[in-house]
Amino acid sequence: MLAVSDLHVQIASRRGLVRAVDGVSFEVVKGDALGIVGESGSGKSMTLRAILGVLPPEARVTSGQILLDGQDLVPLRQSDLNRIRGPRMSMIFQEPMSALNPVMRVGSQIAEGPLVHLGVGRAKAAERALELMRRVGIPDPERRFRAYPHEFSGGMRQRVMIAIALACEPEIILCDEPTTALDVTIQDQILRLLARLCRETGVSLVFVTHDLPVVAQVCQQLVVMYGGKLVESGPVREVLADPRHPYTLGLVRSAPDFDNVRESLVPIPGSPPSLISPPDGCRFHPRCTFAEEDCLVTEPPLKPLAGGRATACLHYERCAESIETERVETERIEAERAAQ
Amino acid sequence: MTAPALPAPAAPPAPERGALLTASGVSVTFTVGSSLAARLRHEERVLRAVDGVDLEIPRGEALALVGESGSGKSTLARALTGLVPLAKGEIRFDGRVLPARRKHSDQRRIQMVFQDPYSSLNPRLTVGGMLTELLRVHHVVPRGQVGSFSRELLGLVGLGEEALPAYPRQFSGGQRQRVAIARALALRPDVLLADEPVSALDVSVQATILNLLRDLRAELGLTLMLISHNLAVVRHLCDRVAVMYLGRIIEVAPTETLLRNPQHPYTRGLLAAIPKLSSAGDDGAPAMAGDPPSPLRIPAGCRFRTRCPIAQARCEQQDPVLRISADDSAHSAACHFAFSADGAATATAAAAG
Repeated sequence: MLAVSDLHVQIASRRGLVRAVDGVSFEVVKGDALGIVGESGSGKSMTLRAILGVLPPEARVTSGQILLDGQDLVPLRQSDLNRIRGPRMSMIFQEPMSALNPVMRVGSQIAEGPLVHLGVGRAKAAERALELMRRVGIPDPERRFRAYPHEFSGGMRQRVMIAIALACEPEIILCDEPTTALDVTIQDQILRLLARLCRETGVSLVFVTHDLPVVAQVCQQLVVMYGGKLVESGPVREVLADPRHPYTLGLVRSAPDFDNVRESLVPIPGSPPSLISPPDGCRFHPRCTFAEEDCLVTEPPLKPLAGGRATACLHYERCAESIETERVETERIEAERAAQ
Repeated sequence: MTAPALPAPAAPPAPERGALLTASGVSVTFTVGSSLAARLRHEERVLRAVDGVDLEIPRGEALALVGESGSGKSTLARALTGLVPLAKGEIRFDGRVLPARRKHSDQRRIQMVFQDPYSSLNPRLTVGGMLTELLRVHHVVPRGQVGSFSRELLGLVGLGEEALPAYPRQFSGGQRQRVAIARALALRPDVLLADEPVSALDVSVQATILNLLRDLRAELGLTLMLISHNLAVVRHLCDRVAVMYLGRIIEVAPTETLLRNPQHPYTRGLLAAIPKLSSAGDDGAPAMAGDPPSPLRIPAGCRFRTRCPIAQARCEQQDPVLRISADDSAHSAACHFAFSADGAATATAAAAG
C-alpha cells in the first residue's frame, strides 16, 4: 500500500552535503505495522518526514519514489499534499506537549481534521471528536473535551495525539518514537491501544523507534537502518531472534533484555559514521567484528534471503555462526551452574 | 599503573552487617501554588514527594530504586545526597546522623550522577578545570598531585588525558556521562547515586555506561544506588530492588526474588508492562490501567488502591505498612494481601477475571 523505493534525502549543511537517507526501499502492507529502528543519525526520522512531506527546509528528496496506493508523493506540491495528509496519512510525534496547540481546547483540535478535510459541520465534527476520545480511552470525554493540553498527563496527551491522527480515518499512521517520553506502564497502555486500533480499523503503521522490545510488541515487519542505509529487513520476530546483519546482532546484544540476562552487555564499539563522508565499502565495517578485506571496498547490496528477509552484509552467515557459538556457550554455563 | 589508585575510602569500618546509609521516616515536601487556589480546588498545598521512607543500604550493595515518574525516586536520591532538606526523618551515614547542613567531609561521601549529561556539566568549564576545582575545594589530594589524579580519574572511566583541556560540547552523550561519573568519583565517595544514567543515551552507548558502572563498583567497592524505570537495566546491575509509588516504598526484595515472586500488585503490573523482545503483538488489556494520582491528592488508605486490581473495602480504610515476609526476611511489601496464599488467590482471581 505504501511503497518507498530507492529514497535519497540530502541535507545541505555548512560542512557539506549530508546524505541522511541513502537508497532506502521498503513496503508496508495494509493493516500491518512496520518498525524502523536505528541509532540517532541513522536516517529513520528523516525517512518518516520525507514520507509525510515535512522535511526541514535544508533537506530535500533527491531521488526515489514514495508510492501511496500507486501515486508518487515526491513530486507533489504542498497544496496537493495537504489533501493527502489527514484523510489518508497522519502522524504521531514523540513529544505530545510540543505537537499539540497549547491554547486550543483538545476537543477542537481533534475535531479540526474532520471539519477541514471531510467537510462535515461543527456539530458532526464535535460528535466525531467525542467518539474518538472514547475510543482511545480518555475517561469522561464530555468534560475533557473542553480541557487544554496542559491539564492532561503525558499518557492522556499521547491519546489525544492518537485521536487526532485517527480523526479522518487515514490509511496509514506514521509514528515517531510515540512512547519514548512515557513511563513503562503508560507505554504499555499506548502500545496495546495502537495494536488494537491497527486490528480494528485496518490502519497501517510505520513505527520509528530505537527500542527493540517496543518494536517486537507492536510490529510485524522490521527495517534496520544504519548510516542512512537499510541494512536488514524482514519479519520482526525472525530478525530479532536470529539477526543476519552484524549491526542488528550488535543492537540485540547491547540492549538489556528483560527475559535474557547476560553476564555482560556487549556494546557496539565506536560511533556512528559521518554522513558527509561515509566510510568506503560497507558503512558498518569500522565497527564490525566480522569485517574482512572485501568489506572495506565493496558496498554490500541488499541481498534477499528466504522467508521475506534481506540483509546488506557480505558475510551474513558469520552472524548465524556467532549466535550458535553463543548458544553453545550459554548452555555450557547453565550446565555448569546446574552441576554446582 | 595497574592497580586503581582510588583506595577504599579511609572510613571507619562499618559494623558487621550494619547499613552504610540509612533513611528512617524520611519525608520531603514541597509547597506549591497559592493557598487560595489550593483551597478552591480542595487540594493540599503541600506536595508530599517522599512520604515516610525507611531504607537501609549496606556497604558494597547495588540497590535499584524503581517506579513511575512522580513516584519520588529522584527526590529521595536528592534527599540522601543532601540536595533537598528533609521535612521529617533522618539520614544516617555509617551510623551517624547527618545534619541538615552537611560538612564538606560528609558531602564527599555521597555523590550523584545525573540523568542528562547535556545539562549537568558546566559548558564553560573544561573537564580539567572542573576536576581541579573539585579536588582543590575538597582537598582530596595535595595540590601537586591534582593533575596526575585527574588523569587517573579519566583513565578509570575510559577517557584519555586529551579530555582534560576539552569542553563538554566536544564530547558525545556517552563521553559526557563518563565525565560526569569521573566528577562524582573525584571525591572518592563511598556511595554513588546514579539517577537514570543511561536513559538520555543511544542504545549502543547505554551498554558501555552500564558495564562501566558495574566494573567501577567491583573495582572500587562502591555502594551504588541506581534509579531507573527500566527493569532490564536494573536486573543487569543491581542486587536488590526497592519499588516506589507515590512517595512510599511499597516493596523491597533481592532482584531475582522480586522478579520471580513479586508480592505487591503494583510491582506485578510494572513487571507485566515491560515490552519484551519475545513478546508478540498483544492488544489485550494493559498491565495497569490509569495514570498515577497526583501527589497532591494521595488517596486515603492504601495509596495504590485507585489502580489496584485486587483492592477491597479494607484498602480504603487501612494504609498498609511495609511488612517483612515470614519466609524471607529480605523481602517486604506494603500490601494487605502480600505473602499469603489468600493474597495470591485473590490476585489470580483478579487476573483471570
